[in-house]
Amino acid sequence: MATAIVQFFKTFMLWELLVGLKLTGRHLFRRKITVQFPEENTPISPRFRGLHALRRYPNGEERCIACKLCEAVCPALAITIESAPREDGTRRTTRYDIDLFKCIYCGFCEEACPVDSIVETHIQHYHFETRGEQIMTKEKLLAIGDKYEAEIAAARAADAPYR
Amino acid sequence: MQAIVQYWEGLPVIMQISAKITLLLTPLLLAVAYTTFAERKIIGYIQIRIGPNRVGPRGFLQPIADALKLLTKEVIVPTNANRYLFLTAPVLAIAPSLAAWAVVPFDDGMAIADINAGLLYILALTSLGVYGIIVAGWASNSRYALLGSLRSAAQIISYEIAMGFALVGVIMAAGSLNLGEIVEAQRGSVYHWFLLPLLPLFLVYFISGVAETNRAPFDVAEGESEIVAGFHVEYSGMAFAVFFLAEYANMILISALTALLFLGGWLSPLEGLLPQAAFALPVIGWVLDGGIHWFLAKTAFFLFLFLWFRATFPRYRYDQIMRLGWKVLIPVTIVWLFLEGVAVAFGLGPWFA
Amino acid sequence: MTVEEILFYAMSTVLVAAAVAVITVRNPVHAALALVLAFFATAFHWVMLEAEFLGILLVLVYVGAVMVLFLFVVMMLDINIARMREGFARFLPVGLVVAVGMMGLMAMVVGAGVFRIPGPERAAADHSNTAALGHLLYTEYVYPFEIAAVILLVAIIAAIALTLRRRPGTLHLDPGRQARVRRNERVRMVKMHSEKQ
Repeated sequence: MATAIVQFFKTFMLWELLVGLKLTGRHLFRRKITVQFPEENTPISPRFRGLHALRRYPNGEERCIACKLCEAVCPALAITIESAPREDGTRRTTRYDIDLFKCIYCGFCEEACPVDSIVETHIQHYHFETRGEQIMTKEKLLAIGDKYEAEIAAARAADAPYR
Repeated sequence: MQAIVQYWEGLPVIMQISAKITLLLTPLLLAVAYTTFAERKIIGYIQIRIGPNRVGPRGFLQPIADALKLLTKEVIVPTNANRYLFLTAPVLAIAPSLAAWAVVPFDDGMAIADINAGLLYILALTSLGVYGIIVAGWASNSRYALLGSLRSAAQIISYEIAMGFALVGVIMAAGSLNLGEIVEAQRGSVYHWFLLPLLPLFLVYFISGVAETNRAPFDVAEGESEIVAGFHVEYSGMAFAVFFLAEYANMILISALTALLFLGGWLSPLEGLLPQAAFALPVIGWVLDGGIHWFLAKTAFFLFLFLWFRATFPRYRYDQIMRLGWKVLIPVTIVWLFLEGVAVAFGLGPWFA
Repeated sequence: MTVEEILFYAMSTVLVAAAVAVITVRNPVHAALALVLAFFATAFHWVMLEAEFLGILLVLVYVGAVMVLFLFVVMMLDINIARMREGFARFLPVGLVVAVGMMGLMAMVVGAGVFRIPGPERAAADHSNTAALGHLLYTEYVYPFEIAAVILLVAIIAAIALTLRRRPGTLHLDPGRQARVRRNERVRMVKMHSEKQ
């Protein structure tokens, strides 16, 4: 009975509403968590799966041996590989295309690769302006790998204890 | 100064009135534009974001950018829509909300038209705003728009009754329909304001004000999750912007009226607290004494409440809105009017003496 | 012509045009909106006659509330205009008789001097129409006024009583009871030990 009376007066004094207003009122003065995007970026995990790259060994030799494990594991059928023996007799790819419109960035290719050749880098801001540009050819992938080798190696080293 | 006054007196009446209207409407429309900005900023801050800050310094040109964008967009008239009514509806929505400002006194005697039945005039004009919404909903030839306009019409009519009753309380306390006299009746100190003796009516008035302007938590008329955008789904470009302006002009009007009717308008809250000598000081005295700045500050406070409510409360369901209006607010006003009648009859001081 | 006369004739033209539109326009929504315009013009005339209280009240009650509900209903109805026009010729004689009768009655009541009623005298600038009306209503006409109020109250209650029906078996929420619910009435905290590894 007493609680009913208290409840009645609370209702007419808009008690619950005031409690809600107090909560939002406090948040008005909280420190804002907005990240001003082009100037600031949110931190990225070393496991981030962004744009792909093909890596080389420190001596400049490309790692990929055209084993086609990545092509086989790719759930979106985004990878197309053709291979042939090089002049020195080693097995190499003549074509290594990734269609980024098909790719779902699952990272299976990276995991399947026995030589750590195909990797997904931390690059997340990229765009295409014409049709066809979304096909990442072997040259493009190797160029990305060359350009960001330091970062890729660092990310791999950071994640190594957990693999 | 003398020359300006003389020149002013010499102008024909119609030009004087036009000049006054321009002087009122320009700041009002600017205020409306910047209310939209303030809304986005304040709601952003409450949600621990920072809101628009890219256009101009700290985002202060955002409303102008929005206006330019809407101006250059095409106004699309849907197929089979009633073309004339479709384009008249925004005008019907904004005209009453601007015309009502004619009788609002900003300071002692500072109103375009100081008419006797000022409060009644405002009540009549605010009740016209619903036509814009109804006509828009019907002329759009869209189910969502029609549903939104029907909801909104029912809601506005229901809450107008509670609002009218709350105003009856103010009229009883002040003994006048003239807004200037209502404010003067609250002179004395903060305790003489109608806020205290008419607290339930004040709450009812402000709640119905929020409902009348179709603002959250009473925004079923444009409930995004149910009927897309309600009565203005089919509107684009400037026609849409005019609806937007009308909504915000109404919000400012309700805030200003609440300040006038319950918080003593331009009267200073320090009146009766400080000694008379304080008001005679050169600059501080002017600030402390009553004036237009107090009126604007009170209006801004209620405007802030509108935004605060929107950021806090979830939307009412339609039947809950009807229940609140008819079964809670109206009985509360009737009970309080009865009590107030008794108080007036016995001359309960200091308000009804 | 003075400004007042120009305004009078302008608004009278609007009033007559709107009134004609109410009965000639095909679309019922347009007719309702024309009626709104007619009310407006009438209110304008009342304000010009220095009856600003009544003028504003006309806008408030008829335009602001009654016509909104009217529009509300008209919009929801699917009116078949062709069927409504069918009986026009058949009911014309009856309609004419009613119209002539109404005109005659109106002429007998208002038209003593063939509509030449002198305008009211100019009131002083501080004359409050509202106060004068209230004074008259609560002194001279207090009993008719109160009786009218009671009749209206009865009508309101009757309208509600006629439409109120409680159907058994409908699902119904009571917000008061919903608001009274506490957490411990609905949620039971259960302590469970984690499974052995």
